[in-house]
Amino acid sequence: MSIPEKEGTSDLSPGTLGLGRASFEGSNLERETPGKAYLDSNELIINMGPQHPATHGVLRVILKLDGEKVLGTECVIGYLHRGVEKIAENRTYTMFNPYVDRMDYCAAVSNGLGYCEAVEKLMNVEAPPRAQYIRVILTELNRIASHQLWLGTHALDIGAMTPLFYTFRDREEILKIFERYCGARLTTHAFRIGGCQYETYAGFEKDVKNFLTFVAPKIDEYETLLTTNRIWLERTKNVGVISAADAIALGVTGPVLRASGVQWDLRKAQPYANYSRFDFEIPIGTNGDTYDRYLVRMMEMRQSLRIIEQAVDAIPEGPIMGKVPKVIKPPVGEIYHSIEAPKGELGYFIVSDGSTQPYRLRVRPPSFVNLQALDVMVRGLLVADVVAVIGTIDIVLGEVDR
Amino acid sequence: MPNFIMSYLGSTLTPGQAGNQFWALMYVLIIFAGVSVAVMCMNWIERKALAHFQIRLGPMRVGPHGLLQPFADALKLMLKEDIIPAEADQFVFWVAPLIGLLAAFTVYTVIPFGPSQAVSDMNIGILFMLGVSSLGVLGIVVAGWASNSHYPLIGALRSSAQMVSYEVAMGLAIVSAIMMTSMNASGTGTLSMIEIVRAQQHQGIWFIFKFFPLGFIAFGIFAVAMVAETNRAPFDLAEAESELTAGFHTEYSGLRWSLFMLAEYAAMIAVSSIAVTLWLGGWLRPFPNLLHAPAWDFLFSLFPGLTFLALGAIAVVGTARMPSHSFFKIQRIGLGIFAALLGSIGLLLLLIAVAGNSANLAVAARFSEGITYVYWFMLKVAIFMYLFIWYRATWPRYRFDQLMRVGWKVLLPISLGVLILTAIVGVVVS
Repeated sequence: MSIPEKEGTSDLSPGTLGLGRASFEGSNLERETPGKAYLDSNELIINMGPQHPATHGVLRVILKLDGEKVLGTECVIGYLHRGVEKIAENRTYTMFNPYVDRMDYCAAVSNGLGYCEAVEKLMNVEAPPRAQYIRVILTELNRIASHQLWLGTHALDIGAMTPLFYTFRDREEILKIFERYCGARLTTHAFRIGGCQYETYAGFEKDVKNFLTFVAPKIDEYETLLTTNRIWLERTKNVGVISAADAIALGVTGPVLRASGVQWDLRKAQPYANYSRFDFEIPIGTNGDTYDRYLVRMMEMRQSLRIIEQAVDAIPEGPIMGKVPKVIKPPVGEIYHSIEAPKGELGYFIVSDGSTQPYRLRVRPPSFVNLQALDVMVRGLLVADVVAVIGTIDIVLGEVDR
Repeated sequence: MPNFIMSYLGSTLTPGQAGNQFWALMYVLIIFAGVSVAVMCMNWIERKALAHFQIRLGPMRVGPHGLLQPFADALKLMLKEDIIPAEADQFVFWVAPLIGLLAAFTVYTVIPFGPSQAVSDMNIGILFMLGVSSLGVLGIVVAGWASNSHYPLIGALRSSAQMVSYEVAMGLAIVSAIMMTSMNASGTGTLSMIEIVRAQQHQGIWFIFKFFPLGFIAFGIFAVAMVAETNRAPFDLAEAESELTAGFHTEYSGLRWSLFMLAEYAAMIAVSSIAVTLWLGGWLRPFPNLLHAPAWDFLFSLFPGLTFLALGAIAVVGTARMPSHSFFKIQRIGLGIFAALLGSIGLLLLLIAVAGNSANLAVAARFSEGITYVYWFMLKVAIFMYLFIWYRATWPRYRFDQLMRVGWKVLLPISLGVLILTAIVGVVVS
């Protein structure tokens, strides 16, 4: 069954699929298209998405298939484009703060942290210690929530229905803490430029500590369901492999990069907030396959628990807002500040012309950059693996399209 | 009452064998209605059980504890607009679900719910069953092709490859069970479903335990293959939601879609029935040879009534536990009526059992006997149906190549080995 290619549709022949755009020492991106079956069969071009249960939103992937084998992919993005960066040019620094929550809506706190720190760096102010601790606690809670969401949906993509409900049950506890802290569950707008808007509520520390004891056995529970599950192993081991060199060449960051064996975590590499005070490890994988990425994220959840535990014990008294003027007018200049969001390096590049509004604001979203590794990962695999790999990259389309 | 109606009640043959067309037709109707109702019940049970596996409540709104949900679903599906895609092959699109349904339901002709509780007893029963149930794949392939769309096509191709490859391992496992039937005095085996169960009774052992562990392995192979055969999780690649949206029935909606569902669940019950018949003693109650005194017979004949009473008691507890708020009044009454219904069915069954035992009522005794047979058969099938749900809640989905590898490189060699070993052991023992 062949579908005649209409004029204007993208040419999906391997040479023009965008590979070979990046070159890095030792990288092997100019891979050949896997050998075609000796029987002449027509290639099938199918659209996966934008309305598809497994593309995590409105991602459209054009797949070029030989039977079930993937010969090439092309991601079509932009279905959720809201022009966040352009909006920033028409809003004051304070007004723009809630907009960043809408990019990676699964990790809104991290987005806010990155933005607030970038502006603070531009203005050369610093949040007071208590605010720093609150920020770290909330950000790490958010990292766990984001990873839980990833785990549930990833498992669902691979066909395991049940983990989704377990992770949502436990993620709820984190959202409750957020709700008690700032009134919002998802798009929290938890931080302000210069510190935090809200003091912690009475019983915040107790809630967080209760959560720590609550969630540790739950993570074990997820692992019981999946880590040694034979079908899970078969579906994830050696699937979507990306080498460290390829990952670096493509700019991949976060757990996807670390699963390939590169120990790169901005919390250690370029400590921001007060991460340098805490004792934690950076889990890394060896094979760079889907299973390693799964393990890395599971270990990261445990490390986040360690960080929260230390932070909540050491949280000092004091003010929560730094000395920031009512009207934020950073000096003329530009700044790039990046943090380790749950999905990878989240960077903000802000150009200030000295007015109350950014002259230009550019976001470096981790999902967007990681998504371009999809093609490298899925070539030669089967359709079912495309779904697994999209899940393992952990994209949020709000962030990809902005 | 005409003689041909009453005559069957005294007969120990199936209506098909006895040439009793009236009862054969009645059986066909009873089975069609019964399987349809069973599928509706399965729909509710699956949703509830799956929900409880996943710390949810499942349907709770339509009727008490969602008991009327299947009816609501059925009504909704029947009232939905009947969509046939413009590009689809109209006739084939129309006929595909019927093929699947026909294949799934024709199998029931030879399924023995009891020694005479079957439409017919063919001497090639199991062959007929395998042949007809394999036709189900035709419905799927045709549906995928007629939809003229990519996802259904891939789903249909996956499904056909999968069903064909698992048929092989399945067939070999069945052959090893059939070989066991020849271990009797006359030394002749049988393909008749009823005779297979009788053979288990004569040999005094369920074939799952025969030549342990050979029977058990053959049963295990069949248990895996039947999940693949019916396209259920973890082998539900043909309708893998996250990959192919809905697989071969992506373009189907409304009544046609519900026919596919009906066919799928009917096929599940059918393959479970084969497994029960071949390895788990079919309609035989536990230990029919060991505990064969009339007192034991009586005790086991009480089971159906007691089961319904127990279900009724659960419903009563559920009624008592409902919130006392007036909002729940109708729900409480509804569940109470349901409890009363179950309880009265239980009492009726008990009454029949007692009457059949004590009084000299041949008809009551015959009814009681028949109910006991059907009860034990359905209980065993129900366990399999629960397993189907359990698998779905537990496991991720296999990938296509892995599925093929399991079928051809794991199950097939093992089933061949079991077949040969069964033959050798059978010769040595006899």
